[in-house]
This record gives sequence, C-alpha cells and structure tokens, in this order.
Amino acid sequence: MNSSSKYNQLWQLLSAHFKEIIREPGVIFWGVIFPILMSLGLGIAFTQKQDTLRKVAIIAHETPNFLDSILSGYASSAGTPAESTVYKLTIENEKMGNTTFRFYSMNWDEALIALKRGVVNVIIDEADGKIGYRFDPLNPDAQLNYLKLSQYFNAGQKVVKENTGNISPLTVRGTRYIDFLIPGLLAMGIMMSSMWGLSYGIIEKRSKKLLRRMVATPMSKWYFLVSFMTIRMLLNFVEAVLLVIFAWLVFDITIQGSIPALFAIFIAGNIGFAGLAFFISSRTSKTEIGNGLINVIVMPMMLLSGIFFSYHNFPDGLIPFLQKLPLTLVADGMRSIFIEGAGFEQITLPFFILTFGGMVFFAIGIKLFRWY
Amino acid sequence: MSNSLVQVTDVYKSFKAVKAVNGLSFQLEKGKFLALLGPNGAGKTTMVEMIEGIQQPDKGEILIDGKKWKHHKEELHRIIGISLQETRFIDKLTVLETLALFASFYSLKKNRVEEVIEIVGLEEKRKAYVVNLSGGQRQKLALGIALLNQPKILLLDEPTTGLDPAARREVWEILEKLKRDSGTALVLTTHYMEEAEKLCDYIIIMDHGVILKEGTIDLLLKEEKSKNIVEFTLLNGEDPDGMFSKNSPFQLHWNNEMHKGSIELQELDTELPEFLKYLNTHNLQLENLESRRLSLDDLFIALTGRHLNE
Repeated sequence: MNSSSKYNQLWQLLSAHFKEIIREPGVIFWGVIFPILMSLGLGIAFTQKQDTLRKVAIIAHETPNFLDSILSGYASSAGTPAESTVYKLTIENEKMGNTTFRFYSMNWDEALIALKRGVVNVIIDEADGKIGYRFDPLNPDAQLNYLKLSQYFNAGQKVVKENTGNISPLTVRGTRYIDFLIPGLLAMGIMMSSMWGLSYGIIEKRSKKLLRRMVATPMSKWYFLVSFMTIRMLLNFVEAVLLVIFAWLVFDITIQGSIPALFAIFIAGNIGFAGLAFFISSRTSKTEIGNGLINVIVMPMMLLSGIFFSYHNFPDGLIPFLQKLPLTLVADGMRSIFIEGAGFEQITLPFFILTFGGMVFFAIGIKLFRWY
Repeated sequence: MSNSLVQVTDVYKSFKAVKAVNGLSFQLEKGKFLALLGPNGAGKTTMVEMIEGIQQPDKGEILIDGKKWKHHKEELHRIIGISLQETRFIDKLTVLETLALFASFYSLKKNRVEEVIEIVGLEEKRKAYVVNLSGGQRQKLALGIALLNQPKILLLDEPTTGLDPAARREVWEILEKLKRDSGTALVLTTHYMEEAEKLCDYIIIMDHGVILKEGTIDLLLKEEKSKNIVEFTLLNGEDPDGMFSKNSPFQLHWNNEMHKGSIELQELDTELPEFLKYLNTHNLQLENLESRRLSLDDLFIALTGRHLNE
C-alpha cells in the first residue's frame, strides 16, 4: 500500500466519524447547548442575591395554647390557602437577601404529608410548654430554617432586620460559585462525551455488525480507532471552547493560570477517559449492557468528584480516594488553573496519572477487543 | 495444486455443544456460482464466515486461491468481497460516502465508486442517507460494497432474506449480470430454493452442519426426475392421517396447518387411478388435486423431513 492511499483511508475515516456525529441533531444539543444551559441555570441560581420564601408547618391544637398567642402577632392575609391559617415573618438582610417564613397551621397528619412531599422541612409544635422544632438533622436546609427561626420566631415582630455589619461579601474573581462550577462542567463534558460518544459508538457499531464488516476489508484497525478518538477529542475541544466563551461573556470568567497547562490537562483528561471508554466497550455487543457499564462509571463520579458541590463535604477518610478519581483529577486540575492561577507544576501529577491510566486501559482494551 | 478458488476440506466447527459444521468438504472454481442451501441453523453462515476468515475452523483446511487466512490475511482481504447477514452501515452517511469509505480501504480510484453505484442501480440514491434507504436498497448497497474491489470471490450470506419479491429479483438481476460479465466466483447462502436454482451452477443442500446432497440442479433432480408429486385437499377439511396406515401402498406427507396432503408417484398413468380408488374405498372425498414434477423443495423435504424456511 502506498502512502497516498493510506492518507485517503485515514481521511475517509476521519470524515465519516465527523459526519456521523455532527449530523445527529442531539449531539449539538447535548454536547453544546445543554452544558451552556446548565451553567446558565446553576450560575444564576447560585450567584444572584434574591429573596427566598421558606415554608414551615405549625401544629394546630383544638384548645388554643401559647403557640397561638405567639402566632397572632404574625397574622397575615397574603397567600392564604383555603384549608390553613397562614402567618408570616420576614427577616431582612441587605447583603444576603431577605427571607420570608410562611407558617401553615395544620394538624399532625397533614404536617407529616407536607414534610414528606418536601413542601415544608420543619414542623413547629408545642413541647412541654415550650416551642419544639421537628426536622431531619441531616437536612442542611432544615437546619438553616431552625437556626433562623429559633433566633427570631418568638420575638413577636412581623419584620426583623438582621445585623449585617460583620458580613463582607466576597466578590474577588474566582471565589464565586460559578467560578467553581465552570471548570467542573468542562471536566464533566470530557467525561460524558468520551464515555457516551466513544463507548456507545463502538458498542453500537459492533451490535450492527459494522465492525465485523469493516475488518473484513484491508482497513487499518489503528486508523479506525485513532480517527474515532481524534474526532471525539476535536469535538470535545469545540464544546469546551464554546462553554468557556459563554462563561466569559455572561459571567466574566477568565482563565487566571496557564492556558497551555489548561490545554495539557484537557488532553490528558481526553486520553484518560478515551482509554476508559475503549476498555469498557471492548467486549460487549449489547447496547443495553453498554448503557449499564457507562452508567456504572459515570454516575458515581458525577456525584463524588465535586462537579457541582465540593467533595470536601464527604467524610475525611473518603476524600483522598475521591481525589484520585479521573473526573476529580480533571476537575481539580482545571479549577486550579481557572481560579487559582496554577500552571504546569500544579497539574503535572494529574496529567501523568490521567495519561498513563488512559494508556493502560487502552492497552488492556486492545487485548480484550472483539471486532466480531 | 488444484484450480479451485475455494477449497474446503473436512472442516469442523463447534460452539460449545453445538456442532455447527461437521466435516464439510467442497470446492469452487473461477466464475462458478455455488449455493449453500439449508434452513436456519444448518451451519451455512458459520461455513461462509470461515471462508471469509471471520471464524477459524476447529479442524480441517480452507484454502482461498491456494492460500490460508493465517498467513495471507491482507492479501485475501483484497480478493474477496462479502455481504454479511444484517449489516447496518452508518445511518447518517450517504450511499456515496459509504462506498467512498469502503473504497478507501482498498485504495481504489474514485471512478470505481461511480461504477459500482451504476452496477447496483443506486444512481438516484447516491446522496441519500443510509437510514432513509429501503430494505432492498440497503441490500444493494451491501452488494455494491462487496463488489468494490472487483473480487475474485464473492461471499453473500442470505443477500435477499427479508426482501419483497420485486427487490429480490433486482438483486438476482445484478448477480446474473455479474455472472455474465465477470469471472467472479460466488458462494451464496440462502433458504430460497428459487434463488439457488436461478443463480447457481452447483448446489449443496445442508442441515445440522452436514451435506445432505450436492451437485448441479440437473444432477440433483436426475435420480428423482421420474417422480411426480401429487398434492391434494379433502372435502370438509378431513384429516386422513389414520387412513394411511403403515400397510398403505402410498406414503403420505400430511401438512396439518395447510390441511394438505402429498404423495410421490413414479408412474402417474397407472398409479394415480389406484390412488383415487384407494381414497374412494376409504370414503375420502377429494376437494382438489394437483400433480407436478419433483422440485428442489420436495427434495429438501424428502431429505430432512422439514421445509427450508422452518
């Protein structure tokens, strides 16, 4: 075979893979628009100061008790549901936003149902002649409600003003939630595109007997795999660039560290996940099994790798393990460059772990790979 | 060395407890068309996939153009053209792009793709996505891909299964033209009797991995040539099974689903009146009766006790 024909084969394979992906309308939505929408939604939800409404259940008793006397001070006509008496307390906070508590008077059974449905997360009742708070102590939102209410509830004022003199909001670039989120979304994008695009793509081609048909020709297997991975990596790059441009325009996010280092961790992430994707798609020809395998890899990392919220909320013993997950390595590496101003030095270790890990998985995948 | 393009010698292949191919031997010469005819599970696909190099035999030898897959993989890939059962190509590539992709694997010139599009009659569909093709058009595309490299040996695994009669005939026409115009040899698996009779010079009837009978269509039917098949139905859908005891002079094949019977008669002139008399004495009234020459289908039923498409 001469060199020009080889070039043609590689070009045709690259072109076929590219067209195959780009002509699928879902790819544009899930690869480009969805991450942008997610960053927009989460970015707005967690970066805007806004008034919040919190709902609380109050247990009504047949014989009026001291709770009723407290509540009479909070009587409100606004938003009264037909079946409940509603009371209102507003806590004003000019730096964190105002919070309005709405108290719904109901019996115990109704209160439990409201709690189960997530309408309320705190139930207030009389306990031994005092105000008692019932809530799930593991629910941070319920805890916050309790802390606020226990401070202001029996003060008898409809509107209280919190002292905000000691609060200094951080507005330094890199400290906002959106600064934390965007590098995580970029990392997640690499993982999702590689795992679904590569793994599913290979498994589907095997199930359609297309792999079998292709290797019954003089096609170079290496060209096939390299072209598949190259196109996927190229599309990942385009998706990432679009997300970064969007984040820069809308949220004023900039890359504070080294851009070449960011590119390096991006490539390492792609190699790592491509290797993993290739490994899990090396045997099966059933797309249902492929779905399961991909989810087994993707779901735990989505939850544990600190994409949306920091993994430091997990128990201390677990954190060293979580930090070694491929998605955490990519997300932490990108975050350090985006918001801490890191360079090559800080990402050397994750770079090598991801690249080496990807190659190992790729090598095992090649050994196990079934073309037929 | 023999002149055979394909030489299969005493080949065995098992999958766990199932003996898919059990000691098959045959050969195929240049320009000849051979059919492997048999029902599902007969071992046809396994046999063809071993010729294609997709599977390896447990025992026995397969030579393609005098060469073995083990040592001449690249070379053999270049001289065979194949169409697998149920291959689905990339949905969102056009016919032209799909052919160009496969043509690149053989380093072919661009005009070969155009030639093939013309051969398989997909000129009007050259820019259509694969996903939008009909079953017949997809099969033509698969055939076109198999023909790209002008193969010495074409291996088609059930190329017309699932197609409507018109589409099937179109595929046959392409293959008949190929037979006339090129020296390509063909191995075709099918469970359509008509397809084997129409296209192939040599037919191997197989079931459960073994050859039941083989030869040219004339040769296969020659020894049975004199036989006639008489098919009949009875009034009121009567089931005459009990009437044809072991001592009966006639060997009945009764189809319970179709409520239809058939018998083989050597001499129609003398034996048919006797058969009618036999029915009469058993109070069986005929609704319909037809007589015809023995076909390959009848031969298959006689050999295996079941229909080809079972």
